Amino acid sequence: MTVLVLLDHEGSTIKQPSRSAVAAAALLGDVHVLVAGTNPEAAAAAAALPGVACVITAADAAYDHALAEPLAALLVSLAPGYTHLLAGSTAIGKNVMPRVAALLDVQPISDIAAVVDADTFVRPIYAGNALATVRSSDTKKVITVRAASFDPVAATGGSAAIEAANPIEIPTLSSFVSAELSKSERPELTAARVVISGGRGMQNGDNFKLLDPIADKLGAAVGASRAAVDAGFVPNDYQVGQTGKIVAPDLYVAIGISGAIQHLAGMKDSKVIVAINKDEEAPIFQVADYGLVADLFTALPELAAELEKA
Amino acid sequence: MGSTRATIQEAARQSMKILVPVKRVVDYNVKVRVKSDGTGVETTGVKMSMNPFDEIAVEEAVRLKEKGVATEIVAISMGVAACAETIRTALAMGADRGILVETDADLQPLAVAKLLRAITEKEGPGLIVMGKQAIDDDMNATGQMLAALLGWAQGTFASKVSIEGDHATVVREVDGGLETVSITLPAIITTDLRLNEPRYASLPNIMKARKKPIETIKPADLGIDPAPRLTVVSVAEPPKRVAGVKVKSVAELVEKLKLEAKVI
Repeated sequence: MTVLVLLDHEGSTIKQPSRSAVAAAALLGDVHVLVAGTNPEAAAAAAALPGVACVITAADAAYDHALAEPLAALLVSLAPGYTHLLAGSTAIGKNVMPRVAALLDVQPISDIAAVVDADTFVRPIYAGNALATVRSSDTKKVITVRAASFDPVAATGGSAAIEAANPIEIPTLSSFVSAELSKSERPELTAARVVISGGRGMQNGDNFKLLDPIADKLGAAVGASRAAVDAGFVPNDYQVGQTGKIVAPDLYVAIGISGAIQHLAGMKDSKVIVAINKDEEAPIFQVADYGLVADLFTALPELAAELEKA
Repeated sequence: MGSTRATIQEAARQSMKILVPVKRVVDYNVKVRVKSDGTGVETTGVKMSMNPFDEIAVEEAVRLKEKGVATEIVAISMGVAACAETIRTALAMGADRGILVETDADLQPLAVAKLLRAITEKEGPGLIVMGKQAIDDDMNATGQMLAALLGWAQGTFASKVSIEGDHATVVREVDGGLETVSITLPAIITTDLRLNEPRYASLPNIMKARKKPIETIKPADLGIDPAPRLTVVSVAEPPKRVAGVKVKSVAELVEKLKLEAKVI
């Protein structure tokens, strides 16, 4: 069996969720990866991923913004050579892979958390409140991979061959206009070793600044609950939860977050969970390894000072 | 010539129909329980509601109609007879009529997309607005699949939509922030949380909705076999996390994280 993995890339970086998808692919068979867009640095980075046998490139500017219509057409043109088509459950993977599946008359399998065998996969349903094991009767499988469930392969160590895909007729139904990406010196939420998130308890967007010295000290990414996003404190790309990002860092610090089901679904696979909340009945304490019942406006400056001491 | 084209576009715009598929799911606030035989989750006697992302889709369609961009909104649901209630909710919010595809089959996104394609070919809408994801199976697939089957463009995870002639400009929620794309109409738009805040239906509108028509059809009427491609082998509870300890102070917390958990 040979598996094709669509990679998310930026500059010379292959995004961590894609490296998790490569790890999942390696459980199924030989791994080829696709780097679409005019990014030779990314092709070289892909060739260095351990366990990758072949890098397919499609160096056409039409793929540069990962629009679903051209990218799906490209994947469909490559599909005959593969038993499984995979991508990370990123904004790109979620946008493109179901389109690929429909074009191949396949029912996609979204957000897998485990590989049982070549046809059988485990995936969370109901915001992670249940795990379904599903078996596909399609001859080809189209899959997105829950990054938090598979340790990513390393970024270097491999040396794969690089081949160019045959050009296809590119659909022109859509065009890229602009991107407004949050600028941050901090690590990405899904890749960070430590995540510190604020909830409705933060009271306003300005107070999120109280998280900064702690995040700086710990090298953490800053996240938020859906309640904090809905209240307009921070942009939506901060959101950790079933409808936002799924994270599984070594340390997750939840500040002023009550612990709604949908938030827990996004972070409960973290290795160590810390919760600081003034309501001792908050459900977040049921999943926290270390809980502190305290007013966050007192606890946060104390925490920053305590970390500074160390 | 330019003016002829503009006239045709204007005419199409003036009669633009929007389809809004709506799914009946276990209510957002219900804590779901896995059945003891591991075949699924308990749905008997559980409160059912319209999928929250679909409410946002209905709201967006109604706003487009209020702005004069759309002329008619058709709400579509699929599944057991009770899905008619979900359509009624959409009608009370402002949709004009409903179509219920009644079946007991386990409908998966590929089958739903095929059924929707068949309805789309009959109805000839200028736009389809739907939720990005149903909160039961969490597939996040049907909109993209329908776009593929129709050969249409897709604007997924939308947080802002504007219609300009034969194009839609869609601001999308992506991993690092927002992305704006321009898509050719007809097209599929799937809704993200921040697109709008759905209205509550007023009592007079709920009364009015009772008189709006719902057409009931079967998958066979559309010539579609809805057989599932995925078999559910089992459904299990996720591993439970056990509550840890409560610490008394920030100093104790930092000490535990350093010496016990060794994560900082």
